[in-house]
Amino acid sequence: MPILARQFLADLTRVAQVLGPGAHVLNACADRYHFTVGLAASLVSGKVSLLPSTHTPEVIRQLSAFAPDVICLTDQADCDIDLPRVPFPGGAALAANPAPVPAIDTAQLAACVFTSGSTGTPLPYRKTWGRLIACVREEAQRLGLSAGTSCAIVATVPPQHMYGFESSVLLALGCGHALCAERPFYPADIAAVLAAVPRPRILISTPIHLRALLESGIALPPADLIVSSTAALAQQLAAEVEQRFNTRLLEIYGSTETGQISVRRPTHTPEWRLWPGVTLSVRDGETWAQGGHIEQPTRMCDVLEVTGPGSFLLHGRVADLVNIAGKRSSLAYLNHQLNSIPGVLDGAFFHFDDPRASHAGVARVAACVVAPELDAAGVVQELRRRIDPVFLPRPLLFVARLPRNSTGKLPQEALRSLAATHLKSA
Amino acid sequence: MSEKVSPLRQPTAPDSAAALVREVAGLIIAALNLEVAPGDIDPDAPLYGEGLGLDSIDILEIALVVSKQYGVQLRADSEENVRIFGSLRQLADYITAHRTK
Repeated sequence: MPILARQFLADLTRVAQVLGPGAHVLNACADRYHFTVGLAASLVSGKVSLLPSTHTPEVIRQLSAFAPDVICLTDQADCDIDLPRVPFPGGAALAANPAPVPAIDTAQLAACVFTSGSTGTPLPYRKTWGRLIACVREEAQRLGLSAGTSCAIVATVPPQHMYGFESSVLLALGCGHALCAERPFYPADIAAVLAAVPRPRILISTPIHLRALLESGIALPPADLIVSSTAALAQQLAAEVEQRFNTRLLEIYGSTETGQISVRRPTHTPEWRLWPGVTLSVRDGETWAQGGHIEQPTRMCDVLEVTGPGSFLLHGRVADLVNIAGKRSSLAYLNHQLNSIPGVLDGAFFHFDDPRASHAGVARVAACVVAPELDAAGVVQELRRRIDPVFLPRPLLFVARLPRNSTGKLPQEALRSLAATHLKSA
Repeated sequence: MSEKVSPLRQPTAPDSAAALVREVAGLIIAALNLEVAPGDIDPDAPLYGEGLGLDSIDILEIALVVSKQYGVQLRADSEENVRIFGSLRQLADYITAHRTK
């Protein structure tokens, strides 16, 4: 059943009344419509939405240190986030007269996103409303969503993740599109939700979901645009997606810090086109992005090769970085957390592409640990409190000592060969 | 919950139910490349989060294997979904009730 704008305006007024006096909101609503109402209610009340990439107890603790007045808006009865919780209010009374559409100052601080710093403290990145909207208006143009035609947006990514935040919630709010409250997960769910909304309809997704959709063998409803982000899509998969959905597939590249900055159609070109005004520069072997909607010059965590004004090639991640299913961390951060566990004498994470894994497209991280007093379950349980579960080591190997070289450094290669030996003997 | 049997099917004989539990365990281990033997997975421990420690990427992978092997398309829009991944035994029960091959 479609929700009209006047219902949305009534709902946001209702939610704004229960958010309380604090200036920060952790919007944990799982339903995309509830999330969007919560965001709008926060905006009209001058509150900042905090969007951490994960809700582990450690991150929540750090979040309340960052913003002691933060409350958690939730639509889940079993929400266990350890903050003062505000349940998403039920009831849907419509006022006799529709409320006016609120105007939000472009300079207003709308959201704060976080990346994991290597020291263990998340680093905040502030997003103003005007720049967020400028970015998605550019996205709408680049995706070929013509003004005046409203699309239905179905997304398999959460609204709290920067990609989902921009390409579902903000794209709908800022460019006059409709969004679908569901977040379909299984292939059959994605196909059903997509088929249920009117065309033109677009699917905002990831390589993981797209691959599952194709491999499931189910009938796919026609779509008018497929968008992928969070990891590079293999060229062959991209071609297959275009063929099966009989439409274009566009890939978006960006980061939590910068938001999205470029697009490409992988079946046509490997080259990415930057948003106008955004430029890349290389300093000491690092690539920095600045200009356009980007709030401050930002070091990119991938190896980018500038190929011309406004275009670049993507050559994979910087060695220390970890990106699993759109969640980002660094080996340094994961190592810090591992070594902070009581009983862990030494430990290190490393990139380990196990050749036996059939988990195509998802490269996990592994870890070696020296912890004679602990067992695997104990270490994993402690890690689970500290880091997002996608970063839990696969495998976690117990060793007598780590293969440190004479300077105390720990070459990734040495860890990998230690792991390979261990697995062979297992 | 695990004693619940679909009215659509005859109750599965205990030994063939146990065989399916082992078979599904083997499929999961192969698909996710886990470092355990099929017999090491507690049939009544949760698959998601604590327990076997799987996350949503794994669950999607398992759903894919289950659809290929047994012709069962999992859906998240039912209360059942939480229960299905409640344990290996519950997943096997669900497959028994809904398999098409």
